[in-house]
Amino acid sequence: MSDTGIGKSVKRREDLRFITGRGRYTDDINQPNQTFAVFLRSPYPRARIVSVDPSGAAEVEGVVGVFTGKDLAADKLGDLPCGWLVKSKDGSDMKVGPHPPLAVDVVNYVGEPYGVVIAETLAAARDGAEVVVTEFEELDATVSLASAMDSAQIHANVPRNLCYDWALGDAAATDAAFERAAHLTTLEFSNNRLIPNAMEPRAAVASYDASTEEFNLITTSQNPHLERLILSAFVQLAPEHKLRITAPDVGGGFGSKIFVYPEETTAAWAARRIGRPVKWTADRSESFLTDAHGRDHLTKAELALDKDGVFLGLRVKTRANLGAYLSTFASSVPTFLYGTLLAGQYRTPAIYVEVEGVYTNTAPVDAYRGAGRPEATYVIERIVETAARELGVDPAELRRRNFIPPDAFPYQTPVALEYDTGNYGASLDKALAQAQYSSFADRRAASERRGKKRGIGLSCYIEACGLAPSQLAIQLGAGVGLYESGEVRVNPTGNVTVFTGSHSHGQGHETTFAQIVSDKLGIPFENVEVVHGDTGRVEFGLGTYGSRSLAVGGSALIKATDKVIAKGKRIAAHMMDAPLDSIDFTEGAFSARTSNQKLTFGEVAFAAYVPSNYPTDLEPGLSEKAFYDPKNFTFPAGTHIAEVEVDPETGVVDVLSFVAVDDFGHVINPMIVEGQVHGGIAQGIGQALLEHGIYDETGQLITGSYMDYCMPRADDMPSFIVDTTVTPCTHNPLGVKGCGEAGAIGAPAAVMNAVTHALGVVDVAMPATPERVWRALRGA
Amino acid sequence: MKVSLTVNGRDRVVDVAANTLLVDLIRSKLGLTGTHVGCDTSQCGACTVHLDGRSVKSCTVLAVQADGAEVTTIEGIGTTDALHPMQAAFRECHALQCGFCTPGMIMSAIDLVANAKALDEQSVRKGLEGNLCRCTGYHNIVKAVLLVAESMPERT
Repeated sequence: MSDTGIGKSVKRREDLRFITGRGRYTDDINQPNQTFAVFLRSPYPRARIVSVDPSGAAEVEGVVGVFTGKDLAADKLGDLPCGWLVKSKDGSDMKVGPHPPLAVDVVNYVGEPYGVVIAETLAAARDGAEVVVTEFEELDATVSLASAMDSAQIHANVPRNLCYDWALGDAAATDAAFERAAHLTTLEFSNNRLIPNAMEPRAAVASYDASTEEFNLITTSQNPHLERLILSAFVQLAPEHKLRITAPDVGGGFGSKIFVYPEETTAAWAARRIGRPVKWTADRSESFLTDAHGRDHLTKAELALDKDGVFLGLRVKTRANLGAYLSTFASSVPTFLYGTLLAGQYRTPAIYVEVEGVYTNTAPVDAYRGAGRPEATYVIERIVETAARELGVDPAELRRRNFIPPDAFPYQTPVALEYDTGNYGASLDKALAQAQYSSFADRRAASERRGKKRGIGLSCYIEACGLAPSQLAIQLGAGVGLYESGEVRVNPTGNVTVFTGSHSHGQGHETTFAQIVSDKLGIPFENVEVVHGDTGRVEFGLGTYGSRSLAVGGSALIKATDKVIAKGKRIAAHMMDAPLDSIDFTEGAFSARTSNQKLTFGEVAFAAYVPSNYPTDLEPGLSEKAFYDPKNFTFPAGTHIAEVEVDPETGVVDVLSFVAVDDFGHVINPMIVEGQVHGGIAQGIGQALLEHGIYDETGQLITGSYMDYCMPRADDMPSFIVDTTVTPCTHNPLGVKGCGEAGAIGAPAAVMNAVTHALGVVDVAMPATPERVWRALRGA
Repeated sequence: MKVSLTVNGRDRVVDVAANTLLVDLIRSKLGLTGTHVGCDTSQCGACTVHLDGRSVKSCTVLAVQADGAEVTTIEGIGTTDALHPMQAAFRECHALQCGFCTPGMIMSAIDLVANAKALDEQSVRKGLEGNLCRCTGYHNIVKAVLLVAESMPERT
């Protein structure tokens, strides 16, 4: 086996450009004759736009134009759509508030763009924006999630600000389970609003060629083809074949760069309007105000147990904040990505969940790393831990008692999903050993001697990755399929260019996908190049989110590679004058079982393009495409254990250790997988202890910079202990599940279980800031 | 205004406005786009460069303040064929994912290793608190910096 094959920690090929400063991010790119855009943004959470007077800006030297929502509307640009139709429990469609790319009459959150100033320089555009005079009439705003259904109505077509009232599961069976319960555990908690904060701010460089009527939009996207589809089919910016979208190096996404936003859309529109390229790069304040936020739930959960601690039923009622408008996938996050996960790792027979999705005058809320699954895990793992404490049972033991056993797979949960495989006890056992769980009491005693409070917390999470299959997703309301495309183009000299519809913005696909294809074809790793993120080069793709790239995109590449090998066998059979069924392909060579003949992969590739000794009934060339539509989700799962120490004098929580044992199925590149887990854990610890997107009662975002929004820094984190167990996915060719979100899903509950364990309290709201912890200790 | 400075060993004379930031001079005037801008409050450290041998956030320095100074950016410390030990360690330890914070992180780490008396995990974590990374959880960055620190001769 080569040292670059499947399962090897190959060093990343993309690193060389990044460590030498030769990455090519959107803001690094400039176009000749380019202009700069600065957006006019609402200072109010809700207001009517009475008038916009751009005359002052027109006098600023260098200002090229000032445009407002009315100009886009006059050009008949459509609304920014939400791509997932969720139905309420009465069968009615969700209620969608109109979302023009630039606000026309009313602004609905602080930072919402309603106009744009285009100028020769960024400074001139800023100066111009300063002197545009906009008269607003302030309207009553709805800011608080708790009272959103009883306060000012935001959209005329959405009474009580209720977008949908969704439910899943069997209410009657769950009620019956609660009737039989010997013990009932109830918890009410919030899941704090987070602001994604990819380190690279969103950006766009847009140009338009009037002679060909073609747009070229270079932008920070996790899914350029999806963005092109939406901008064509829904926004009607341009026909799809006249719109090229490139997402070059993208500096992190975490979900926030899935969505189609006003600014990128407007930049492209403006490039045609003024006949010159337009560049826009968000400053960090704009990122805080306008990147789709994450989480923001209020939940009441009840768990019914019998006298032996066996789970009988789970009842969950959640109110989810959707913000002022439905972002691209917003509706699906607190429903199909949340309610369906509430079985967790347990065989709870009856589950019923109700979710109210409500509008507020805040930034749109959509998928952020984990998207619904961290919220679900938080509900389950906090209430299970609480139940164990109430019953005086070891939390690990209570979980073990209720796990879906390894021989019960495939397992149909009461909330729609069918888990294909897993071994939850195995990851729990390994994690307990790694965390030295059995000797915790000694460490706690040592902390007590130093006047500190120590706690340990578990989180046995499950997630569903690679949303699938397309037909089911579309039946459930998805506006697009959830397959992926791949192309393996063998060049005449035998090296290979791979095209994938997945997009890498830190995940290392250029390395991992080259490992897969070179391993399968038995050719050197260096001979495989991976191309992604360009609608002009890659046929189609649905992009990267939900930890889907390897399970779905990687599977498409396997399928295309298999087609290449199959065609290669036909060519080789002809060249060696041997029956097709006698041809083997191993380690980069075609051999005939009927003779000693052998042809290298390169020789067959060359023959395909210089077809002299070649089957007459076969097309020349050796390039194959495939679309892969998964049969099911994949279900990564594992156990995370946090150990914390609290200083009762200051309320400061120190994360002493964090153990993650994850089952991702087969692993292609362990180094990259560990890195993904590390990053997810940091975001999960960030949610638990540090991060909080806060709007004050007047609707102003008061955590709008890195001075107010507490990002995890190096000295907030411990080193992590990361390990794996393996049950291969049963329904994709690589047996892989996905690893991108596990850390962010598992960590918050583990940390908060540890914090509440240390403090001896039922709950502390996330983030468990020193003030909250200090107050919790004093019952204040 | 004219600013004369040495950037990555090359003498440059650049015409800038009085309020031009050093990072804008580096990115826009010199086209050295390896130095990044990740925030507007001097918190993230993506723009870290060396000014006369010490790391600075180039978004907090006016271009005119660099007049007569020696500036080193990520492009000036090594090449793909001859990486700086810190660049090599970042690759070796998988200390980067999306790569956006990486140039600033590497420039800070070089300064940290060069000027700290002794480094252990905690002091590396403290020393890097001016640089934000959203991808790695810092785990492998700390490993990379310690790898370089351990290979340096003992300091007194």
